[in-house]
Amino acid sequence: MSAITSHMTTRDLAVMARRRRTNLLVTIVLGLAVVATLAILAWVLVYVAVRGVEFLGPDFFFKTPPGNPGTAGGGFFNGIIGSLIVVGIAALLSIPIGVAVAIFLVEYGGNRLAGAVRFFTDVLIGVPTIVTGAFVYAIWVTRFGFSGLAGAFALAIVMLPLITRTTEEILNLVPAQLREGSLGLGASRSQTVMRVTLPSALPGIITGIMLAVARAMGETAPLLLTALGNDLFVETNPAKRMSTLSLQIFGNAVTGFRASQARAWSGALTLIGIVLILTAAARFFAARSQVSR
Amino acid sequence: MSVMPEEVQAIELEVRNLNFFYGNFMALKDISLSVPSKAITAIIGPSGCGKSTLIRVFNRMYDLVPKARVEGAVMFEGQDITDPDLDVVVLRRRIGMVFQRPNPFPMSIYDNVAYGPRIIKRQGNLDEIVEDCLHRAALWDEVKDRLRRPALSLSGGQQQRLVIARVLAVEPEVILMDEPASALDPVATLKIEELAQELKANYTIIMVTHNMQAGARASDNTAFLMMSAERYGELVEFGPTIDIFNRPQNKMTEDYITGRFG
Repeated sequence: MSAITSHMTTRDLAVMARRRRTNLLVTIVLGLAVVATLAILAWVLVYVAVRGVEFLGPDFFFKTPPGNPGTAGGGFFNGIIGSLIVVGIAALLSIPIGVAVAIFLVEYGGNRLAGAVRFFTDVLIGVPTIVTGAFVYAIWVTRFGFSGLAGAFALAIVMLPLITRTTEEILNLVPAQLREGSLGLGASRSQTVMRVTLPSALPGIITGIMLAVARAMGETAPLLLTALGNDLFVETNPAKRMSTLSLQIFGNAVTGFRASQARAWSGALTLIGIVLILTAAARFFAARSQVSR
Repeated sequence: MSVMPEEVQAIELEVRNLNFFYGNFMALKDISLSVPSKAITAIIGPSGCGKSTLIRVFNRMYDLVPKARVEGAVMFEGQDITDPDLDVVVLRRRIGMVFQRPNPFPMSIYDNVAYGPRIIKRQGNLDEIVEDCLHRAALWDEVKDRLRRPALSLSGGQQQRLVIARVLAVEPEVILMDEPASALDPVATLKIEELAQELKANYTIIMVTHNMQAGARASDNTAFLMMSAERYGELVEFGPTIDIFNRPQNKMTEDYITGRFG
C-alpha cells in the first residue's frame, strides 16, 4: 500500500476501485461511439472516392452525358452549371430575407409577432423537402411548367429557415455591452445594427449561409418536382427545365447501365467535394469570428 | 433627504424625488440630489443598492429594459430628462457613458473613436478629432503608431481609456462611469482615476464605484446609497467626499465606509 492511500479504510479503497472501473467502462463506450461514427463516415467517403475517381477527369467536368445513356464517356457539365445557377438564385432569394428576419427577431423581437415567426421557422425546418417540392409544383409548376427558377424557389424555402436560425443564434451571441456602447454614444437602433451588431456577427453569419448552401447543393427531392432535370445539353436559362448535379446523380444511378452508374459515382464524389469545400470555408469564417470567442 | 454640497457650485443635474421601478419592484425610492457641474460625483453603496440603476437614469439607458419606469424628475438644463417625449439620441450625445467592462467595438482603434463623430456627422477633420480625443484620454502615446490595429488587441486598461476617448468624441457635457475600473488591475485603475481628475476641468463626471479607496481618492462629492429594510435603494447621505469619509453624519454611512458591512 502506498503512502497516500495508507490512511484509507478498506471500504474507501473498494469505493475507489469501483469508481475506476466505472470510469474505464464509460471511457470505452464513448470511445467506441466515436470510432463507429468516424468509421461510417470514412467508409462512405472512401467508397464514393474509389468508385467516383475511376471516371473522374477533365471530360467529366466539361462535357454533357452521351445521348445513349448506355455508352461510356461524357460528363456532368450541365449538372454542375445547373447547380451553380439554381443554388445561386436560391441563395440570392433566401439570404437577404433570412438575415433580415433574424435581425427582426433579435433586435426588434420580443413581441407576439416574433414568437409566431420563430414558431413558423421551426416548422419550416421540419418540413420534408419533398413536401416543399410538391408545394412549389402545385403553386408554380402547374401554371408555368418546370424550370430552374421553380427549383431555386423550392431550394430557397429549404434554405430560409436554416439561415434565419443560425443568424439569430449568432446575433444573440453579440455581447449586449456592444449594443449599449453604441446606443450610449447616441446611435439609433438601426445604426447600431448596421454598424456594430452585423459587422461583429458577420463571420458567423457567413458560416451559417455556407452550411445552408451546402445543404441546398445536395437536395434532390424538391428539384425532381420543379427543375425536373435535363440530361441532354447545357441549359443556362433558368426559365427552362434544368439539370443539377444532384438530379444527374439520381437520374444516372437509376438507369441500370453500368456506364451511367459510373458517371453517377463520379457525380457523387464531385458533390461531396463541393460540400467539403463549402464546409471548410464555413469553418474558416467561424474561426475568424470575433463573436464566438 | 437631500444635502447640498457646502460650497456654492453650478448644478448640472438635479434629481427630484426620483422613484424607479422594474415592473412592480421599486428599485429606487425618493432620491433627491444635485450633481455639481465640472466635478466628480461618486455614487457608493453596497451591492444591489441601485447605484447602477441610478446612473442609468441619467442617460435613459433603462429604456432598453422592458417594464422599467420612473417617477419624479431629473432636470438637465431646464428640461426633465425622464420625459417620455425626450429625444434620447440627443440626450445620449450630451450625457455619455462608460461601462463596467471595456466594450470597444470589434474594429480598429481609429474607427472606435471615429464611430460617434461619423454617426452624428460631426463637423471637422476626423483625423484631428481622433487624435485630440486620444490625447485627452491619455492614450495617444501608446497607440499613435497602431491606429489601424484592432481595438481588441489593447490591454483592458487601454481599452477602457479608448472607450473614454470614444465618448469624448461626441462632445458630451456629462460623462457617466459605471464602475469603470472594476475589471481592471490596480495600475490601470489608478490611470483611470487620474484621467477622471484631468477630465473634470471640462466635464461633469458621475462615477459609480464599488471600491472605497477609489471613491475617496477620485471624487469631489459622494452620494451614499443603501438598501432600506423594504429593499428600496435610498440615498442616505450626500456631501463633499472629504466630509462623508471623515465625519459622516449618518451611522449607516460610518459603518459602511469603515468596512463594518458592504
